[in-house]
Amino acid sequence: MSNWALILYCGLITYLTRFSMIALIKKEMFNDRIREILSFVPSAIFPAIIFPAIFINDKGLFEIDDNPKILAAIIAMVIGIFSRSIIATIFSGLASYWFLIFVV
Amino acid sequence: MKSNFKVFLKGIIDVSPLMIPVVPFGLIFGVLAIDIGFTPIETMAMSLIIFGGASQIVLLQLFSGGASSLVIISSVGAVNSRHLLYGAVVSEHLSDLKLIWKIIISYFLIDQAFAISNEYLKKNKDNNRYFHLVGGGATCWVIWQSTTFLGIILGAAIPEKLGLSFAVPLTFLALLVNDFRKFINVIVIIISGLVATFGYNYIPFKAYVIVAAFAGLFTAMILTTKNKRI
Repeated sequence: MSNWALILYCGLITYLTRFSMIALIKKEMFNDRIREILSFVPSAIFPAIIFPAIFINDKGLFEIDDNPKILAAIIAMVIGIFSRSIIATIFSGLASYWFLIFVV
Repeated sequence: MKSNFKVFLKGIIDVSPLMIPVVPFGLIFGVLAIDIGFTPIETMAMSLIIFGGASQIVLLQLFSGGASSLVIISSVGAVNSRHLLYGAVVSEHLSDLKLIWKIIISYFLIDQAFAISNEYLKKNKDNNRYFHLVGGGATCWVIWQSTTFLGIILGAAIPEKLGLSFAVPLTFLALLVNDFRKFINVIVIIISGLVATFGYNYIPFKAYVIVAAFAGLFTAMILTTKNKRI
């Protein structure tokens, strides 16, 4: 398959994941119970991106010793819990990560 | 009711803090794609046509590892399957719209815009509230395209040592700040994170994201039922 065909198919499948539910689901299908469960969608999906990016290295191996990302993420999380600020969370995480790899 | 433009503007303002980590993410993508051997036009086309950061990085990883097209396409689909859930969540607010709007808004249904507009849509009942999602999505579109372009141009001038890829998990962590205070959410976060981490190498086609998400939602379903009975 050419690179262009690959890009187009990947784009098509991505678009369909976005469009299909919006197109198919009708308002009447919602009730409070479904709404309640769907409110957990961010909490259910984002950790699936966060955890592997922190604990698994480029080679696909589990990395827990000598991994500054873990401490930096914990610092960012604590700052986030207290400040409730998205910017503060991101900056404190990056700042502590750089401090850990360049200074410590 | 606010004017369409004001709601659109509110979307732009609300999503802006989340754009900071998108900058290094876009740069990294541009640099990596060229490094792996895609042409600048193909790289730009990926950002324009797919418009999904995480899945574009997965595409590059698998492509450079020599995976077959079928594996790459299904992996991109699996990584992006989370949009099915986003779509399910926001569809309630979009169901009265004309098809053409649904087609346009779908293109902009990305993580950051969803996270921000989900809150807004829940609180607002105005008919034009979907402009918030368009504002957030369009902002991210501009940033993603321009940083991809910069990454292509700057190429190897960006030091790998900065560890900018760490900005990606940080973004998603920042999106959960309010959920860390709620007990059930914390349990859901831990379950999903553990399933994803331990399933990373064992669940085929990079489908760990959606498997972990359903494990998390299932946990939420059980815990919320129990709460009501007590």
